[in-house]
Amino acid sequence: MTNGRPAAVALDGIAKRFGAVVALERVTLEVGDGEFVCFLGPSGCGKTTLLRIVAGLERQNLGTVRMGGRDVSTLPPRERNYGIVFQSYALFPNLTVSRNVAYGLETRGMPRERIAARVDELLALIGLARHRDRYPAQLSGGEQQRVALARALAPSPALLLLDEPLSALDARVRVALRAEIKALQRRLGITTIMVTHDQEEALTMADRIVVMNHGVVEQIGTPFQTYTEPASLFVARFVGRMNVLAAVASERPGWARVGRLELRHRAGAARQAGTRLALAIRPEEIRAGAAAREPGDNRVAARVVAVQFLGAFARLSLALPGDGAPELECDLAGDALAEAGAKEGAELALVLTPEALRVFPEPAG
Amino acid sequence: MARDVARAIPERLVPRRLDGEHVVRWVLVALFAAFLWLFVLSPMLHVLWRSLLDNDGRFVGLANYVRYVRTPAIAASITNSLIVSAAAMVLTVVLAFVYAYALTRVRLPGRGVFRVIAMLPLFAPSLVHGFALVYLFGNNGIVTRQTGVNVGIYGVKGIVLAEVLYCFPHAVLILTAALAAADARLYDAAAALGARRIRTFLTVTLPGVKYGVMSACFVVFTTVITDFGAPKVLGGKTSVMATEIYNQVIGQQNFTMGATVSVVLLIPALLAVVVDRLVQRRQYALISSSARPLAPGGGPLARAGLFLYCSLAAAAIISVYAVVLATSLVSRWPYDLTLTLKHYRFDTAALTALIGTVIAFAGAYLVEKGRTSASGPLYMVSLLPVSIPGMVLGLAYIFVFNAPGSVLNALYGTLAILVISNLVHYFTVPFLTATASLKQMDAEFEHVGASMGVPFYRTFWRVTVPIALPSIVGISMYFFLNAMVTLSAAVFLVAPGTELAAVAVLLMDDAGDTAQAAGMSVLIVAIGLAVRLVYWGLLRGVTRRTQAWRQPTG
Repeated sequence: MTNGRPAAVALDGIAKRFGAVVALERVTLEVGDGEFVCFLGPSGCGKTTLLRIVAGLERQNLGTVRMGGRDVSTLPPRERNYGIVFQSYALFPNLTVSRNVAYGLETRGMPRERIAARVDELLALIGLARHRDRYPAQLSGGEQQRVALARALAPSPALLLLDEPLSALDARVRVALRAEIKALQRRLGITTIMVTHDQEEALTMADRIVVMNHGVVEQIGTPFQTYTEPASLFVARFVGRMNVLAAVASERPGWARVGRLELRHRAGAARQAGTRLALAIRPEEIRAGAAAREPGDNRVAARVVAVQFLGAFARLSLALPGDGAPELECDLAGDALAEAGAKEGAELALVLTPEALRVFPEPAG
Repeated sequence: MARDVARAIPERLVPRRLDGEHVVRWVLVALFAAFLWLFVLSPMLHVLWRSLLDNDGRFVGLANYVRYVRTPAIAASITNSLIVSAAAMVLTVVLAFVYAYALTRVRLPGRGVFRVIAMLPLFAPSLVHGFALVYLFGNNGIVTRQTGVNVGIYGVKGIVLAEVLYCFPHAVLILTAALAAADARLYDAAAALGARRIRTFLTVTLPGVKYGVMSACFVVFTTVITDFGAPKVLGGKTSVMATEIYNQVIGQQNFTMGATVSVVLLIPALLAVVVDRLVQRRQYALISSSARPLAPGGGPLARAGLFLYCSLAAAAIISVYAVVLATSLVSRWPYDLTLTLKHYRFDTAALTALIGTVIAFAGAYLVEKGRTSASGPLYMVSLLPVSIPGMVLGLAYIFVFNAPGSVLNALYGTLAILVISNLVHYFTVPFLTATASLKQMDAEFEHVGASMGVPFYRTFWRVTVPIALPSIVGISMYFFLNAMVTLSAAVFLVAPGTELAAVAVLLMDDAGDTAQAAGMSVLIVAIGLAVRLVYWGLLRGVTRRTQAWRQPTG
């Protein structure tokens, strides 16, 4: 990213408010050349507002937007050189597929043959050449989506903006298009920012994920970092599945108390005994069966409340001992399931692997 | 804490560099604002101001209003107006409700024919309905002469009757729409719970059309209280506010009292429109997308009864046209058609349709899609014309365009002022139609264009206008038809050489030339119907050629 050249997109201290509501609180981040970045967060976190500020469709109250080192903060949308795909596609219903794709080329004074050639090239790229004379209403949702992508790419913009491009599609098409868009982006090497609320989409497509909440960036990192090293309890909960246990720091450094249990967690800053904390562990990081019967730290006996069969693995709902004790989710692959002898009502020995047990300073509410 | 953060962020937005497109947008917004100011707001303020002056131009405060309510002869116009409007409203809505119910909820033979007949009164100005009643029940009317019974059609009775005929289609349109939007599941539920027919009607049908009925009431009330034609013809010694303005201005040259009555007349009209807008906003949520349409039913007795009822109503409507046609034929037909055709200002109607459609659609676009800070106020002012009675608008234009020393004076007595007054008088409905069709379009069309360097006016022309073409054609038809039959605003503004058809009819009747007036009325209706047919054909053509994309498979 820092190869001496200016970042493709650099946001510095972007703040936005709508009346008394703060949508963005001084957001600063950079997107490298050719990088695929996802703005991920729940609805209302400000991710779409941030994208629209990059696009110039919304004006920020504070901060600057730079593209390739050029300050575009005060420029209207059409001088910013990007292509955009909206959630609704916004295809022009009265124009055919090829006219839609040609739309951005026609005002540039390009000769007609070159426009036609460019349209052909893009339709081939998205595999819809045979539908060139159809109207948008005659295409499936996935096809419309690809036309919208081709239309955005036609004028060869420096930047591609995708505003929840897949959320209007049904699940199967969505998964197929994820891979297709990602492959296209790699092939063209175009810097891309995508807004999504679907963490799976972000994990599979992005080079880096910007996790946002309440107008604040919670974490910026690769999908792997975001998943394994969540920077905050919010990220831990929002990306992937996570068991969160309310805990209190114990006298022994590196240990915390959850109800009657005392658990060792990942190394972290020393905390005063009695401080309220949150411990977090992913369902697939909880071990059950033979390993759990050997002596060691964090051995826990739990009762199986429910077994949910999900194909490749089963998700167990487990109750820790004691009244009002928290429930845990644990994912076990088929063979581990049989080996551990987990069925509803059975007692199960678990290990909450200390290296996987993350600790967050905020109380688990 | 959140509040501290908000305070740390300035209210001001990062400035945007001025570019050509922005300038174009603001210039257009400014033009639209200037249009509304010049032809809607400023004339109304002139009327208001004039009502506070005496005839010599001295400020007298509310003295004119005091004189208005204290002079029994003119004060009576207020009570007359209210009585006529309330009576016509109740009668029309009740009659139209039964008719609409028969059309939508009962398997009635000849429903299509009844539907068309109910719309016929739309093609004639209200004074034609007034004439018909005079030709039938007047002192010299057909019925009066045949039976020797004079029902005394002049006065409140006659005006109410004419207004009921005139407003019937408006109420039927609103009520059929409300009654057609029924959810069969509610009726199934009522039946499953053992509700009797009366109970179902009271607990399901009526609550479902509550807002439709209210809307019909407001529309009829506003139409009647602002109407000039029928009370002019049938009023006799009874004056309502709209005719009182005419009497004061034309009869007594008392512009001050004309302005005073105008302001008073504006109040109920304005009120009705505001309440109607509030009611309509609540209607949307009533029908869910999963609703199942209700199949018309009804027992044999109900069907027979309602068929009889609809036949009588249809006969009454047709008899109006029959009588006018017969009267026009009794003497020297064909009379000098060139004389009548001379009054037929196709150019006024055509210009109104053309310019009105451009301004209404472009105005709605600037308000709806422009999203400038001016959108809110411009929208509000655009709603205003529907509540301005034609007489008031006409009088206001005299104040503005016949003021000595004013640049706008040049417009007075020209075709232009007639076009403008028509356009403003009928502006709100087209504006709202355009707004509705623009609201259905994806909000991001302009943004897609902007991201690719395409200016908004190009996207407007290439995408917005083609998609909205059917509603644009509808808007121009509305302007054209109304401009052809308009009377009230125009009656003050015509000058020799720019007479309009409806005004001509009025003058002919005033001059005692009944047959000529009747003939002219027939012509107005016939041309209205013909225009409607031509437009209908045009619309089908337009739809076929430009809306191919609406077909799901090609």
